Formats: sequence, C-alpha cells, structure tokens
Amino acid sequence: MTASDAGAAASGSATPASADAPGPPPRPKRGVPEGLWKKCDGCGATIYRKEAEELLNVCPQCGFHWYVSAAERISQLLDPGTFEECDSDLRPADPLGFRDKKPYAERLVAEQKRTGLSDAALTGTGMIRARRVACGVTDSAFIMGSMGSVVGERLTRLVERATDQKLPLIIISASGGGARMHEGIISLMQMAKVSAALARYSRAGGLFISVLTNPTMGGVAASFASLGDLCFAEPRALIGFAGPRTIKATIRVELPKGFQTSEFLLEHGFVDRIVARKDLKSEIARAIDYCGGAI
Amino acid sequence: MAHGLHRLPLEKPIYEIEDRIIALEAAPVGGQEQEKLRLLKRELVELQRKVFGNLDPWQTVEVARHPDRPKTSDYLHMVFDEFVELHGDKSFGDDPAMLTGFAKLDRHKVLVIGHQKGKTLAERQACHFGCAHPEGYRKAMGKMRLAAKYGLPVICLIDTPGAYPGVGAEERGQAQVIAESMFLMASLPVPIVCVVIGEGGSGGALGIGVGDRVAILEHAYYSVISPEGCAGILWKSAEYKADAARALRMRSRDLAEFGVVDAVIDEPAGGAHREPRQMASRLKTYLVRTLRELVEKPVESLVDARYEKFRRMGVFAEATA
Repeated sequence: MTASDAGAAASGSATPASADAPGPPPRPKRGVPEGLWKKCDGCGATIYRKEAEELLNVCPQCGFHWYVSAAERISQLLDPGTFEECDSDLRPADPLGFRDKKPYAERLVAEQKRTGLSDAALTGTGMIRARRVACGVTDSAFIMGSMGSVVGERLTRLVERATDQKLPLIIISASGGGARMHEGIISLMQMAKVSAALARYSRAGGLFISVLTNPTMGGVAASFASLGDLCFAEPRALIGFAGPRTIKATIRVELPKGFQTSEFLLEHGFVDRIVARKDLKSEIARAIDYCGGAI
Repeated sequence: MAHGLHRLPLEKPIYEIEDRIIALEAAPVGGQEQEKLRLLKRELVELQRKVFGNLDPWQTVEVARHPDRPKTSDYLHMVFDEFVELHGDKSFGDDPAMLTGFAKLDRHKVLVIGHQKGKTLAERQACHFGCAHPEGYRKAMGKMRLAAKYGLPVICLIDTPGAYPGVGAEERGQAQVIAESMFLMASLPVPIVCVVIGEGGSGGALGIGVGDRVAILEHAYYSVISPEGCAGILWKSAEYKADAARALRMRSRDLAEFGVVDAVIDEPAGGAHREPRQMASRLKTYLVRTLRELVEKPVESLVDARYEKFRRMGVFAEATA
C-alpha cells in the first residue's frame, strides 16, 4: 500500500512527503478518477469503480478502505448541506524560503492546483444526524496531509470555536506526512499549539472524537490525533509515530506482520474502536449521545 | 581546557595552535618564548571566535552532537546544588534516556527532567543515544504531575536526536505519549523552563519542550526533522544532509528570529565542550534569573501566557475574499 511509503521516514515528527515526486507521476493517484476500474491497494483485485464508490470507497472484495478526499469525507459524514467551512481564507506562506529540489513556494502552487485545496486541512461546523459539531479533516493528497502553519491554525481555531460554542469536536486525520518539513520548526510548533488548545477544550468539558484513517503518522499522530477522549480508527489504516522504513533501518529486523495498523493499535490499547467507514456516522452520533451531547 | 579526545575537522586549526602552546609551555622559557606564547594564546582565542562565530548549519549540527559536549548529567552536577534522582514510570519501566529528579537551584526546589545521552559507549547504548521510549515520556509526565502537586517549578533540558523509532516504542504508544506530554505541559500549574542544550530532535524534543520560557544554547539546534531524515525524503539521499540542515533553518539565531525560542545562551569561545564549567555557569545564570521572574507570577496568568505564547506560533497569509 502506498501508505507504507508514506510512513517511511524520519524518526521524527515529520514523516515523508511523497509530494516531492517531480511532476505528475505515472502511477494513478488514489481518489482521482482515471477510468471505470481501479486496482485495490489492499488485495490487488480490479474493482468496478462505481461499485466501490457506492461503498464509500471501500473494496467490495477485501474491505480495504481507500483514500477519500477531505471534501468527500465531509459529505460522507455530515448531514447534506449542513457544512459551513471556516477559515478558508488562510493560505500557506513560506517562512523559511525553503527549497529542496524545488522551491516550497512552487510546490504549494502545484499542490493547490492538483488538489483544488488551499492546504491539507478542511474545517468547519455542521450536523451529524442532527447533532451540531465542529469538524476538521486532513487530506493526505496535499503534501501527504502534513501539518504546517495553515493546518495548525485552522485546527486550533476549530478547537477554540468548539470551546466557545460548546460543540463536540470531530477530527478525521489522514496525514502520512506528520509535521511539514518545508515549514521547519514552525510546523513542529503547530503540534504544541493544537495540543494546548485541546487541553483548554478538555478542561472546559468538551468531547473530542479523533478518527484515525490511512495514514496517520509522525507529528500528526503525536499531537491532536492521539488526544481524543475517544479514538476511532478505520480498519487496516497505517498509524504510528516513526515510519516503518525508519524503524527497519534503525533496528535492522523484519517488522512484525500487521505492525502499525489500526488492529495493532487496538491490540496494544491505543484505539477505542475500529469503525468501518459505513458505520462512522452512526458510531460518532451514538458516542456524542453517550457523552451528553454538547458541553 | 578540555583535552579534546574527539576532534571535529572544523576544530583542526584550533588544536594545531593549542598543541604548539602546550609544546612551548612544556619547554623551558625565556622572554622570547613568553612573548610567542602570549601571541599564540591570543591567536587561539581569535581563531576560536572566528571558527565558532561562523559555523555553517551542518557544522552546527556536528558541534551540537560533539561527543565531549556537556550532557544533562554534567549540568545536573554543575548547575544544581543537589540532585535526587527519581526513577520509573510506574507502568512499564525506567528509561535511562530520560532523567528525572528533585534538585535545588538558587533558593528554589525544582524538578529537573532531561534527555540523557550517556558518556561511555555502554552508557550511550543503554540510553539509546538519547532517544527516549514511551516509558521515558511517561516517567517525565508522572514527575511533572508530582511537581504540580507540590508547587515545584519544572526545568527541562532537551538533548535528543528524536524519540526512539522501534517496535517496542510503537507498541507502547510513542505518538500517544508525546501528544499527552504536550497536553499536560500546556496547562501544568507551575513554572516551566526548557533549554535545548544540544540536539532538539523533533517530537522527541518537543515532548518535554512546552514551557513558559524556551531557551537554546548558541550551537544547539532544534528542528522538525533530522537533517539526514529530511535529506533522505526530499533529496532521496542522506548525503544531502548539509543542504537539508541549511534549508531547515535549525540554528539558534533562526529560532530566535522565528520567535520559537525566547533566549539564546552564548557559548564560550570554542563551544560548550571546551569550557563546560563556564557553560554551566551561564546556563545557571539564565535559569536563576528566569525562575525568579516566573515564580512571582500568579499561576493562572502564567498558564494563560504559556497558551498565548504557543498560540501565536505560525506563519500564514489571509487571502482577502
């Protein structure tokens, strides 16, 4: 699965961005329609695209949960027409003047054009089965869903809004890239910023449901994604701190089967429930009801 | 003066002069030699200033990782009047890569937390070269809660290449504990002072890095990812580590410019490893002054100001609709 490249990376909070692939890669991009059929990343079967889409982008053969864009995720989860996006006017900057093989500023423009997103997070308010919530989603298509200043700021404002308006908070993570390298130390500080906002929200009694999807790695896993009062994970997602390749390079042994999957995290006690995509909406609504609805 | 067991290539000209000084000092001296010695010593100081005043980003990383650089355990002895080590996370184990304990500083009783790299090879291996496991962060959190209960200010000394990447670390929740530790520190009702003394490696550093004041030693670095890791991902080869180090803007002056650190503590000419006592004394001065200022503040306003400090971090544009 592509996610394992994603996870390959650093013993740090920044995990890899595959976004450095020059130009449009020859391999088909997840979630981008390229024909009637698509190959499953889980079982390798060739699947009729329309059938998979009816199943919310889940493989009918093996149940593998494919990529869904942030916008798609919102439409799957929230009641139709209830989403009101917040802070859409925020735009990434290039505080370091960062360049690797190509300048970050150019990379941003290319990613924005390719994905139609201004950055890797979409935030706002809406209803889940008539329960009003604050909801944020990260999108792994935009520089691996990595967190720079815009992702950090949008999420922090979302948490603060949820605190002020006494709303349950849902954040769905799809970030293989962790903290975004291209914004350097400022990206790292976003981890502290969002976590501090969540600490305030928690003290105010707010309910935070964190949903981990494929992939959730590095500095995203090591900040808000792990701070839910409840932590749900989609089946077979790659979730962890260090990327599998980094770990392999460090300890020089084969990694156990199923390492860093949702099921692995459940077994080790870090996930409350594994929830299939089709059940996510009803499971979230039920959890909100158990926890008293709003704060 | 340190005897320089480990010499970096960039230190070569410095040690050459120093060897000449040592030779001159060993030989019987007349007036002419005395004058020569005086000039050489002056030259040495000037050269140290020049070399260490102009370290490039990768050289800074080398200095921050210098094997002779003072470690947390050195500062425990040189900065504090007493250190009473407290072990264990009361859950899984006692991570030697994370030192915690009571200490005395000035007129304060404090709790000190610090990454530990170890000195000898055996120690370094036992400490996983300063890479803490989840039990290390759990230990730190447990002691922070203790400090909060009894009103002890917390001092964190950061020196890690990063949190340990391994199977056990993942099984025991490396991501979880770093997140929880930041969450805890964000509202801990006692003063917190953090100082990056060597390597500020990513989440492993930030896991004990959320404080009222964050300072860094002049030649330490603090980064979102190691230069090797960044080079491997973006340049596809760790050989580009120097390019990555430059691009990441990880040096103390950069961090001060970004507002990520509140203070840069100058190192002695030639780096902290050349004059550890002098470095310790400067660190102590900073800590004493900062603690005196922080303990005067009401706890609520301290915690609010801590929130605002991190809340401000971020650089972005707001498009006009």
